[in-house]
Amino acid sequence: MLLEIDNLYVNYKSYWYTLKVLNGVWLKVEKGERVGIIGESGSGKTTLLKTILRVLPQNGIISKGEIRYDGRNILKLSDSELAKIRRKEIGMIFQDPMAALNPVFKIRDQLYDILKYKMTTEGHNPSSKELYEESLRIFNDVRLPDPDRVLESYPFQLSGGMRQRVMIAMALASAGKLLLADEPTTNLDVTIQDQILKLIHRLVVEKNLSIILVSHALGMVYQMTDKVYVLYAGDIMEEAETRKMFNKPKHPYTQLLIASTPRLSSVGVGEGIRGKLPDYRNPPAGCRFAPRCPYVMDKCINTKPSRIQLSAEHTVSCYLYD
Amino acid sequence: MIVGEKKSLQRLQDFLNSYYLRKILYSVVTLFGVSILIFIIARVLPGDPARLALGPRAPEDVVEQYRKLLRLNEPIYIQYFYWLIDVFHGRFGLSLVTFRDVLTDILEFLPATVELIIFTLIIDIIGAFSLGVLSGRRPNSLIDNFVRVFAYVGIAIPSFVWAIILQLVLANWLDLLPAYGRLSLGLEVPRVTGLVTVDSLINGNLVAFIDALAHLIIPSLSLAIGCIAQEARILRASLIENINRDYILNMYAHGIPSSTIFFKYALKPSMIPTVTIMTLDMASMLGNAFLVELIFNWPGLSRYGITAMLRKDLNAIVGVVLVIGLAYTIASIIIDLVVSYLDPRVKYRR
Repeated sequence: MLLEIDNLYVNYKSYWYTLKVLNGVWLKVEKGERVGIIGESGSGKTTLLKTILRVLPQNGIISKGEIRYDGRNILKLSDSELAKIRRKEIGMIFQDPMAALNPVFKIRDQLYDILKYKMTTEGHNPSSKELYEESLRIFNDVRLPDPDRVLESYPFQLSGGMRQRVMIAMALASAGKLLLADEPTTNLDVTIQDQILKLIHRLVVEKNLSIILVSHALGMVYQMTDKVYVLYAGDIMEEAETRKMFNKPKHPYTQLLIASTPRLSSVGVGEGIRGKLPDYRNPPAGCRFAPRCPYVMDKCINTKPSRIQLSAEHTVSCYLYD
Repeated sequence: MIVGEKKSLQRLQDFLNSYYLRKILYSVVTLFGVSILIFIIARVLPGDPARLALGPRAPEDVVEQYRKLLRLNEPIYIQYFYWLIDVFHGRFGLSLVTFRDVLTDILEFLPATVELIIFTLIIDIIGAFSLGVLSGRRPNSLIDNFVRVFAYVGIAIPSFVWAIILQLVLANWLDLLPAYGRLSLGLEVPRVTGLVTVDSLINGNLVAFIDALAHLIIPSLSLAIGCIAQEARILRASLIENINRDYILNMYAHGIPSSTIFFKYALKPSMIPTVTIMTLDMASMLGNAFLVELIFNWPGLSRYGITAMLRKDLNAIVGVVLVIGLAYTIASIIIDLVVSYLDPRVKYRR
């Protein structure tokens, strides 16, 4: 087991209220396994990925839970151990590359710092020539043309696709074992989206990485992953082998989510799901999907359903299967 | 050779098209406009400058003669026309108070103010950045709370009140620093630049240098406190905002040490709003200097300007206002340079 998350609770605190976002999330990633997370915007997918690397904003509080990576609890690591993992074991592709690259520093400044600390951790103090060569190498990996110009550019001088390739190159530099990809295509043109996902797919296979892919593009999740988790309002609703999840979804939320995805083959537009995400300041006490669920029962309102193992590769949290 | 010529031509073209040339031309036009405006305002205000200059007991024919000398009987546009001709000859007209050319007066009084402002700016920059960084590095810590309280107090109390408080406490009660003036009695420094600190160094007079610095501390501090308070708050707020941005979290995700992240990747973008506010504060500094110079008996341009206003010294008013306008212009160009260094996006937007 490479990564195992158990009973994870994360809140965002502000002066006036607390947003209770992650509500006992659990998740497992085997070595070399490709895992997808689907769910609508605001479900806590980004929060979950940031929590794994402990890079939440300052108001984000991990109040309970365990994140075991390679047998060690990430939440209890010393700073230097954590730095080692951040530098050469786990890499993260942030959602919006424009927001995740510092606007007032050249790509070179940012990339060189990342490479420098990574190589130092590996026991080698790199010269600037080595940093340059390493940059060319990883830019070549992500098929980034004109690397010299890119290095000398500020983020705003690059196109969206190029920025995302820079982002991926940075993430890969640190992703020795696990890559976290947070909606890597959301902010890109449709034509580029496909290229980028194929690129990530190729790199993950080539380097034999584990990946957690968060995406709205269900088709891509279907093609690229072995296992899928459905996250809704900070709760894992369902876990299944990818094909099972898309062909025989069990949780009402998963069923509605997959049904409301637009398809080229279908006539008209999907129905969508009525209602909206709960208010995280005061979320439902029971199942967080209960207020929107067409099959809601009395017990759904008050008590959170526990995990039900349907088969070896299928788990659901829903009273319908109790 | 032809290539070289082409290159220098290109460079000239670039400069002519450049933002800075445009800015300089705009400010020349602005200063010209300001001169017309202030020239007219100074003259349409009620009160007879010639009479004020010579006193109530001067005989009428002498006063009339003086009016003629100043061309006060001519229409305003003729007066302005003659004034412009004078300006191109390096004369800014006669002061009615000192009976010298206004330019001579300004050159005499300006250095004292420049010295005060420069020293204030140094204190301001050091104070604002160190308090802002201390506060933004650990939000809600003891230091942060102290800085925030200081910021409220600093902004709420105007600089002339600070001047009086500091003078009372540091000079009168504790007797640590001199209460007013630029140099202690008995010390003298031959004038070269007019900045006493610089002049004393040029003369190798270390005693006078230290004495001059001691005289600068209270006035500069009282001018700087309000600015420090405001800028430290802005810097703190930007730091706290930036530290939660994805581009900072991304650096954390790569295991970059938090001190590198804070002092390199968070501080630079946070300095942009702070430096912008500093420009505005430099403007208020010039305004506040009027009162502070009065309190500390500081022989600067602001005190000269106030006297000019009260005595309706026409040409002196115009001269002082133009100098202030020029100072604004230079300050804004400097700030533009600094901001475009800090924020590369600015260059491309122009």
